[in-house]
Amino acid sequence: MIHTTIGDIGHLFVIISFVAALISIFNFYKAEKSPLPELQKGWLKNGQITFLLHGLAVFGIVITLFTIISNHYYEYFYAWSHSSRALPVEYIISSFWEGQEGSFLLWLFWNVLLGFIILLTNKKWAPSVMLSFAVVQAFLSSMILGVVIGDFKIGSSPFILLREAMDAPIFNINPDYVPEDGTGLNPLLQNYWMVIHPPVLFLGYATTLIPFAYAIGGLWKKDFKGWVRPALPWALFSAAILGVGILMGGYWAYETLNFEGFWNWDPVENASLVPWLVLVASIHTMITYKKSETALKASIILVLSVFLMVLYATFMVRSGVLGESSVHSFTDLGLSGQLLLYLLSFLIVSIVLAVVRWKHIPSTEKEVSTYSREFWIFMGATLLCLMGFQILLPTSIPVYNSIIQSFGGISNLAPPADQVEFYTKWQMWFAVGLAILSGTGQFFWWQKMKKSEVKESLLFPILITLMISALIIVLAGMTNIPYIILVIAAVYTIVANAKIFFKIVKSNYKLSGGAIAHIGLGMMLLGILFSTGYSRTISLNETGLLLTNSEEVEDNFNQENIPLFINDPQTMGEYTLTYRGRFYETHSGGYVKASYLEDTPNENFKIVKREIQREDENLIKGDTLEVYGANHYYKVDYLHASGDKFSLFPRAQINADMGGLISSPDIKRTLTKDLYTHVSSVPDPTQEIEWSEAKEMDVTFGENFFLNDFVTVLEDVKRVEEIEGEKLKGNDLAVRATIKVYGDGEDYILNPYYLIRDNMAGRISDENREIGVKLNIENIKPESNTFTLSVRTTQKDYIILKALEKPLINLLWIGTLVLTFGFGMAIFRRYSEFYKMKRKGLE
Amino acid sequence: MKKSYIFGIIVIAAAIMMIVSTAGDASSYVTFNDAHDMALDGNNTKIHVVGELKKSVEGEIIGLNPSDDKLSFTFIMVDENGMEQEVFYNEPMPADFKRSEQVVVIGSFQKGTFVADKILMKCPSKYQEETVI
Repeated sequence: MIHTTIGDIGHLFVIISFVAALISIFNFYKAEKSPLPELQKGWLKNGQITFLLHGLAVFGIVITLFTIISNHYYEYFYAWSHSSRALPVEYIISSFWEGQEGSFLLWLFWNVLLGFIILLTNKKWAPSVMLSFAVVQAFLSSMILGVVIGDFKIGSSPFILLREAMDAPIFNINPDYVPEDGTGLNPLLQNYWMVIHPPVLFLGYATTLIPFAYAIGGLWKKDFKGWVRPALPWALFSAAILGVGILMGGYWAYETLNFEGFWNWDPVENASLVPWLVLVASIHTMITYKKSETALKASIILVLSVFLMVLYATFMVRSGVLGESSVHSFTDLGLSGQLLLYLLSFLIVSIVLAVVRWKHIPSTEKEVSTYSREFWIFMGATLLCLMGFQILLPTSIPVYNSIIQSFGGISNLAPPADQVEFYTKWQMWFAVGLAILSGTGQFFWWQKMKKSEVKESLLFPILITLMISALIIVLAGMTNIPYIILVIAAVYTIVANAKIFFKIVKSNYKLSGGAIAHIGLGMMLLGILFSTGYSRTISLNETGLLLTNSEEVEDNFNQENIPLFINDPQTMGEYTLTYRGRFYETHSGGYVKASYLEDTPNENFKIVKREIQREDENLIKGDTLEVYGANHYYKVDYLHASGDKFSLFPRAQINADMGGLISSPDIKRTLTKDLYTHVSSVPDPTQEIEWSEAKEMDVTFGENFFLNDFVTVLEDVKRVEEIEGEKLKGNDLAVRATIKVYGDGEDYILNPYYLIRDNMAGRISDENREIGVKLNIENIKPESNTFTLSVRTTQKDYIILKALEKPLINLLWIGTLVLTFGFGMAIFRRYSEFYKMKRKGLE
Repeated sequence: MKKSYIFGIIVIAAAIMMIVSTAGDASSYVTFNDAHDMALDGNNTKIHVVGELKKSVEGEIIGLNPSDDKLSFTFIMVDENGMEQEVFYNEPMPADFKRSEQVVVIGSFQKGTFVADKILMKCPSKYQEETVI
């Protein structure tokens, strides 16, 4: 049975939300432009009603889509392609925004909530700000409209049926066919961070609209100054949320992906970082403006740019223009024209409005002195913008290519070959500049200084900085000059801001947000420097030989990976590593060795092959065990020279969405450093094994022989009444051999059978992938008391592993929290200002 | 001159430097032939080459050669112009390498062999391969 009604309802909600947003545009425009206050009030009332209607329709869409996904209505394309029955509730929620349509919906949803807050809290600015909101909402809801007029498609609806989306032959036979199960959520996204990272990030994106809408409102109403006050707390909130959202993505990448870090300079990551940098710059100019009426023009330009950058990022990520250059852009839904229109509309309106009003914007002609706080803040904001610009230039390379190609040209520009090196050589010096400016700027901010006083007040923090830096440099044995400069700069901003912090916290703790945020910045810089600059590959293997048919290639390639064969200890720096085999994680927690389990048609269910003792329960042969079948874990025992022992379980995931095996690290965390381990290569566990040609060998009881280089002994051969739980029939006769293989840490038992049924000999082989042995009892020779075994071998189980040490990475995470806390303090302060204004009836 | 002009000039200079640096460090998509010519001219910039693994008529991959210690491997890649070239990669072979439909190698020629610093693989995605049943 196909549930068509719910989809129709959902589609109806989409149309209502779109139309209501359009009407809201008109209402809010009238509310601003009507000549009489009475009329204005009336139109605002209308606007409130239509926006409320729009909001309710958006909630309606969300609830409808969620109902479809959580009730597993796989007749709908969205549910079928993004979820499956086996998903736990929290991942059902994340499958909601895995697709483009769902993530637009998430954005719409946040905008509705934010719009409601604006309508409730700010009366004076409501019409002009809500006008921008209504326009944005109209654009966003048009993205999920799913209306086709001739060849022209507007939006892509999340409510299309599978049979409309896919041209599969089954629908010709049975149009009402509903698949049993969905194709599931990308397993990489089945991670708790992916449940909260997208909503936080989109809340960050959504909030950038508020300062933008205030600025546009200010320009439009010619209230060039008034918009800054209400926009500032929102800008701070936006920066905090967007910053946390970005870092969450970085943390997820660090834990889940194998590129050995938290930042890969991928276009999608860059596209989120650039607006954040400009946003932070705009906060600084707005604060300057609040304090001394300078930098108003700069504030307007920056605030407008932030939102435009967000739109540009949206265009890049969702239009398909990034193509091959990013691992995680969305699939192209053919919305590029619509997205471009969205971007260009706002770009043109902003530019036109700013140009028309430019002459009227008040500005100070006063020359800025080098010893003024404005100078230092302005430098900082400029530097932030330059950082953003430097990132944006190469990130946009695919955009240049498509522009050139759309004009018929040919462009083969590719992103820099070594992205990390390319960005680092610029961004590192920017970081140094930021640290120095944020340390010094704070002094100028809190005390008006004359030339003569500067030396005096800076001397003490500089001395402390040099002492601490010297200590760090000596302890870490640093020799790299740029790194040393960065350490000094970062320590300087921490010390200088700590001094400021102690000074102001005594008088008014509410003002300490800036100092705290800058301390966080310094800590982040140190964390980034040490964890990336001093990341050390400990699985270094300098004896590696270069394999190539041509002899000419120089052979000084250092190998950064080591091969580990099962149960064969290898020394790696201060550690001895032993690979212990492939494991599955069970639903009840803990890991179970894969070779103790037998596959079933469902990859998530395994049958226990032998008794397994676990901490809290014993598994009995024949039990069914629920595991996460797509995830293969490779247990590696670490033994440190000091005697410390621990095990890590790096993972390889069979991921159809990403087209293959995806490796994820396991991390041993300590306070001062992380030990990061991932497998670089493993034998594909889903592939059939290629066994060698069978080789026969005669063995007798108790005699030692070698199987695939393992010492082996035939322990006994016994007559049995059943084979693997199945009783023998009538005249059947069967024997079972018990063959013990001595691995280096674990003994393996193989049990091949020899069966005589109806005068025919049958053989049931036994195999073990770990030791790479498969054998049969080929023949029994009573005269010589020997057994002929037929042996096939293969490569014994191995992994190729890479291990790195990431010193002081915790400073980055802690620094992020400190930075966010600083933002929180600043929001609190600015909100109380707003509250006072509101009580006086000024806003 | 006003300080703000000096400041403006510095900012513009920095921006121009960034543009020049981006243009200079940007890589390009080329064929093996061009890459070879570049190497002969002594130009060692890293470039992108797009192509496929060499396959026999039956679809078997030919010329894939892991080293004895499995830490590196070579393979034969056919670029978009159909030119074959041996590529060396100093990393273990990714488990799904054989399944890839398209490969992009980033690197340069070093005395006759193309040494890849990075390999990007495009594997068959579920949208192209899977149908409902």
